[in-house]
Amino acid sequence: MAPAEPAELSPAVELDHVRFRYEGRPDILQIPSLVIARHERIFLYGPSGSGKTTLLGLLAGVLRATEGSVRVLGHNLTALSARQRDVFRGAHIGYIFQLFNLITYLNVEENILLPCRLHREPRTRLGGQSLQAAALAVATRLGIAPLLHQRVTNLSVGEQQRVAAARALVGTPEVILADEPTSSLDYDHRQRFLELLFECGEEAGSTLIFVSHDRTLMPLFHRAVSLQEINHVRAA
Amino acid sequence: MVLLSLAYHSLRDRKLTSALTLGSIALSVTLLIGVEHVRLGARESFANTISQTDLIVGARGGALQLLLYTVFRVGSATNNIAYESYEYFRNHPAVAWTIPYSLGDSHRGFRVVGTTEDFYKNYRYRRDRQVELAEGRIPSDIFDVALGSDVAAELKYRLGDHVIITHGITHGRGLLEHDDKPFTVVGILERTATPVDRSLYITLEGMEAMHLDWSEGAPPLLGEAIPAWKIAKEEITIKQITAFLLRARSRIDTLRLQREVNTFEDEPLMAIIPGVTLGELWRTIGYAEDALRVVSLFVVIIGLLGMLVSLYTALTERRREMAVLRAVGAGPLRIVLLLVLESGFLSMGGAIVGVLLVYALSFISQPIVERHFGLFIPIQPLTVTAYLYVLAVIVAGLLIGFVPALRAYRNSLADGLTMRL
Repeated sequence: MAPAEPAELSPAVELDHVRFRYEGRPDILQIPSLVIARHERIFLYGPSGSGKTTLLGLLAGVLRATEGSVRVLGHNLTALSARQRDVFRGAHIGYIFQLFNLITYLNVEENILLPCRLHREPRTRLGGQSLQAAALAVATRLGIAPLLHQRVTNLSVGEQQRVAAARALVGTPEVILADEPTSSLDYDHRQRFLELLFECGEEAGSTLIFVSHDRTLMPLFHRAVSLQEINHVRAA
Repeated sequence: MVLLSLAYHSLRDRKLTSALTLGSIALSVTLLIGVEHVRLGARESFANTISQTDLIVGARGGALQLLLYTVFRVGSATNNIAYESYEYFRNHPAVAWTIPYSLGDSHRGFRVVGTTEDFYKNYRYRRDRQVELAEGRIPSDIFDVALGSDVAAELKYRLGDHVIITHGITHGRGLLEHDDKPFTVVGILERTATPVDRSLYITLEGMEAMHLDWSEGAPPLLGEAIPAWKIAKEEITIKQITAFLLRARSRIDTLRLQREVNTFEDEPLMAIIPGVTLGELWRTIGYAEDALRVVSLFVVIIGLLGMLVSLYTALTERRREMAVLRAVGAGPLRIVLLLVLESGFLSMGGAIVGVLLVYALSFISQPIVERHFGLFIPIQPLTVTAYLYVLAVIVAGLLIGFVPALRAYRNSLADGLTMRL
């Protein structure tokens, strides 16, 4: 991997004149500048179709900016190969989907440990801790320790999202990207889930970028970013 | 390693389709290799039925027919040959030994063979094995009979039992029974796993005696029948036999003798070399073999296509799973590999189960085939061809796995982290 700047100096996310379009379609993102500092808890909002998921795709390195540079933790993702970006994502980013986060044929523990099994870096960050111990620790923190050996299909939606959070947190990645993870939860569960996510994220020192269209959650974050404001492409 | 475990868990999650797919591949492999095994086994078994006989001599007719009714006890002769002709060749200086056969009667569907001690002394199968007695003795009196091991086992006959022989070849009781001249079981032969086991053996004199009072293939008229006790072995003159086996003193003699038989002036005779005629038989059967092989190849293709269909249709449901895998850092190539591994698992598992099934089936069917067809199909290790088949199935399975895998690859590039539902 390309050598990065000293870790603490570079911001978590730094977008510079980024344009993105899917092959043969008009631009959907034009972001002149976006900087997110380390350890920040960002609320990223905007109406559906405004390109929130696409932006997360760029930050996760699944998509590649058509123009400009996307720097995450000092690494210029635009300059990395697809394979390097996959390795980078596995090593540094935890991702939580809105729904269906889990692989149905693996049990809870196996789902949580998936990033550690696929990549060396999160594994080394566990220190001497065994994978099972790490899974147990994070599951205990999120209150799902008794579920570790259950099939994920037996879980409620709230439990599933906690497992997803556990997977995003295991191996303490620097950046957690969450794509409307609470939209399928009711109010109580939503509050509880967010509290846990914040607590664990803080312990791990992660930067949290949380996407939602539910602005009632906004006050819980350090800072809110409106995608409509920073994106210069106007929705047709 | 992760991918192996993922592939395994994913297949296990879709237990039913995976099992069905694996099963269909297994069955197709069983068919493919089974056909190969039976083909080789049957060929070897056929070739082993008769050994050391250089020529088979009978009345002029079809070469295959002669081979079939003498060696395999299938079909019947159109004509007999004169005993004088047989004697001429028996005493021929180039002849090492002969075995005369007089055929045409049966007992409960089993053929009755009239022959002499020469049969017990000279007949060889499976290279150099000899016909042995399990109990009793060789038939020597007119109404003595020795049983092939299958005959004894199936009809539960013991030494001393009486056997009534049916005129002509019929299954069960025939219309015309030689019931005035019952035979006594004096010997039971050791098992040979050849058609020898499926016949009854009497003396040439016994065969002649049964038909002594017959004329023109019809039973004696009332009052003309000659009772058994009136017949003495010494008084019987053998007039004709059906065929005889012959061993020449040397290779060159074989061809010379064959020519002499074929140009014999006293009556129209024919001599065949068993190996050559067996070869012809195989060429005839060869077309059926090829057809069978083509059919089993198609069955394998269908089995693999079944796997393609099941993996491909599952992809739609698995797009979310792919997005999750992408999100945790699995590259598109890993996703390709995952799907190829899955098809690899299925085809390899299918091939292994298929091979095991071949052995299980050969183990079960061996005695049945032997009993019904007199063919001893040996349980043998996989042939090179069979290994190639197995390898081809696995490779084809892996290649087929690339079809859904590449589709998943393109999907995951296009979908990224969006969850298409």
